[in-house]
Amino acid sequence: MAKVTFREERCKGCKLCVDVCPKKIVTIKEDTLNQSGFHPAGVYEMDKCIGCAFCATMCPDCVITVER
Amino acid sequence: METVFKRPHGLTDKAFHYCPGCTHGIVHRLVAEVMDELGIEGDTVGIASVGCTYNSYDYFNCDMIQAAHGRAPAVATGAKRSLPGKYVFTYQGDGDLAAIGTAEIVHAATRGEKITTIFVNNAIYGMTSGQMAPTTLVGQVTTTTPFGRKPELHGYPVRVSEMLSTLEGAVYVERVAVNNVQNIKKAKAAIKKAFQVQMAGLGFSIVEVLSICPTNWGMTPQNSLKWLEENMMDHYPLGNFKGKDLEV
Repeated sequence: MAKVTFREERCKGCKLCVDVCPKKIVTIKEDTLNQSGFHPAGVYEMDKCIGCAFCATMCPDCVITVER
Repeated sequence: METVFKRPHGLTDKAFHYCPGCTHGIVHRLVAEVMDELGIEGDTVGIASVGCTYNSYDYFNCDMIQAAHGRAPAVATGAKRSLPGKYVFTYQGDGDLAAIGTAEIVHAATRGEKITTIFVNNAIYGMTSGQMAPTTLVGQVTTTTPFGRKPELHGYPVRVSEMLSTLEGAVYVERVAVNNVQNIKKAKAAIKKAFQVQMAGLGFSIVEVLSICPTNWGMTPQNSLKWLEENMMDHYPLGNFKGKDLEV
């Protein structure tokens, strides 16, 4: 059981977290725009998350909080 | 559930102004995490430099001083000598440290000033929009070398870590990269050791971090990481150049 939380208003959509996710569940939310005009990253299939924190380690903007 | 990863206390809550995918954010976070782990946030003085990192004083939660271009090691020398109980670090880019600040960094190192330098090397001038830096690779296209850097015209890129490791005063010199999770963990370990070297009063410590500049390299962040691995790591090999076996 693990959970990642994205602070979407801080995300710049650089996709570094998307590439590094071993479960390939981090995606760019194409249907969402944040205040800065970026499509933020997020996770739809949270049940597949293993809480490895690779996404958070790679994130340059400290957008991601990981719990497990 | 327990929180296993969150924004470190060593960073303020201010959003970074860096471009999407810029790895300055990762290096900032590593320095902040190290301050958290060592419990020295309240006793640390950071010296902000000139370049993209010009307002890093807004991001670190410790005391910060803004130095003139390239003069961060000189300001750090003053801060450390007047406040020997504090831990002083400079955070500098390659345009700052390896160009206008070469004299300061070389002499701070050779004097063995008990400071720590975090040197972010992305082989280009970022803030001023992508001119050739001293660290720009041979053949690399920048706005001032539109046909690539030519050694006969522009000389060769400077290897700062190798150069500083020849000085007696520099006791810990390591080059790391932040291109993947494994290397980020190694980078954090190196930054932590650099601070510990200072805390033990052993001398000058520097960690060179190979970084990317997607905006001025003209690539996506993903391609920038690949470019770093394929090109920069050949000219700037990762590893420890001095102080590997230091007991701290």
